[in-house]
Amino acid sequence: MTDRLWHVTFSIYRKKADQPPFYQDFSLEVDPDEYVLDGIERIWAFHDRSLTFRHACHHSTCGACGMLVNGVEKLTCITPIREVTKDGGKIRVEPLRNFPILSDLVVDMSEFYLRMEQAHALQVVPVAQSTLPYESLRFPDDGLPHERLNDCIECGMCVSACPIALTAANYQGPAALAAAQQTYSLTSEKSLLALVDCADGVWRCHSGFECTAVCPSNVDPAWRIMELRRQVIRHRIKRIFRQDG
Amino acid sequence: MMNNQPTPGKALRWFDPRHRQPGTWAFILNRITALGLTLYLALHLIMLGKLAQGPEAYDSFIALAKTPWVKFGELLVISAGLIHGLNGIRIALTSFGIGVTVQRQLFWSFLTLALIGSAIFGYFMFFVH
Repeated sequence: MTDRLWHVTFSIYRKKADQPPFYQDFSLEVDPDEYVLDGIERIWAFHDRSLTFRHACHHSTCGACGMLVNGVEKLTCITPIREVTKDGGKIRVEPLRNFPILSDLVVDMSEFYLRMEQAHALQVVPVAQSTLPYESLRFPDDGLPHERLNDCIECGMCVSACPIALTAANYQGPAALAAAQQTYSLTSEKSLLALVDCADGVWRCHSGFECTAVCPSNVDPAWRIMELRRQVIRHRIKRIFRQDG
Repeated sequence: MMNNQPTPGKALRWFDPRHRQPGTWAFILNRITALGLTLYLALHLIMLGKLAQGPEAYDSFIALAKTPWVKFGELLVISAGLIHGLNGIRIALTSFGIGVTVQRQLFWSFLTLALIGSAIFGYFMFFVH
C-alpha cells in the first residue's frame, strides 16, 4: 500500500437487456497499488448494486474477471491501477470483445466453453510436460505421475483480442486451438487433427499474435496454433505415403 | 444479446492499430500493401493499353511517368512490394513453426530491410536516372 491516494474515474460500460449501451462514470479515491477489480467491486458495493461483472478467485486462477481495460484485455484481479492510469486519470472498463454481452461487463462464454470441450481441453497435465517445449526451464521427469493444473485458465482474453475472431463467428479461436495442440501432443488423438484441419480451424489464423500478447498465463496460443499447423501438415504427408494408420 | 458478436462487417476494425502489437501492425501493413499493389496492377494494365493507342499516346504517358509525383508513386509501389514480400516470408516461416518466438524481431528486421531497399531504389530513381 502507498500513502498517497489517487483520484481516478472509472468509466464503466453499461448495458441491460435490450437497452442501448452507455458509459457511466464513477469517481473513486484509490490506492494505486490496488487492482482494477478492487475498484469495480467498490463501485458495486458503494455506488451501484446493479452493476454486473464476473469474478471469483482474485488471484488469476479462475479466469473469470477478464475485461477490456483502456482498450486492452486484462485480467482485472492482477492489473494494478497504477499500470493503466495516473492520478486524476480515467480507466475505461468494457466487456470482452467477440462474445455476446449478457449484462454490463458479463459476456456469454457458453460457446467458448463448448469449443474447449470439443478440443478436449485438459484441466490437469503431467508436470514434466506442462511447460512449452521452447522454454529453457523445464520440470525434470522423475518417472512419478505428478500432475498440476493446466496453464490455460479459460479466461477468453485471447479470443477477445484476436482480429480474426472479430469477423469470423465460426472460427474455433486461439484458446480451443491451443487446447487441441496441447492435448494432441500428450495423447496423439488423431480426431483432434481432423477437428482443426478446416477453414475455421488452424488455417483461419492470420498471424496477428495478439492472443499470445494478452494471455495472462503461460499458454502462448499463437505458438501452439503454428505448431498444430505443422502437425496437421505432417499428418497429411504421412497419409499420402500411407505410413499412418 | 447480439451486440459485440463477431461479424464480417467488422473487417474495417482490422485496420485499427490502437492498442495492438507488432503482429497486428504487420497484419495491417500486409493488407494495405496488398490493396495498393492490386490497384497498381490495374493502373499498369491501363497504361499498357496506351500502346494500342499509338506512339503519341504512349510518348505522352512516358513524359508523365518521368514527373516527380509519378516517380514517388512508383517508389511507393516498390516499398509496398518489399514490405509485402518480406513480411510474406515472415508469415510463411512462422506458419510452419519457424521463428514463432522471435516473430517481433523478424517483423522489425524485415521492415528495416524493406526501408533500406526502398531508400536504395529511391536514390537511383531520383538521383541517378
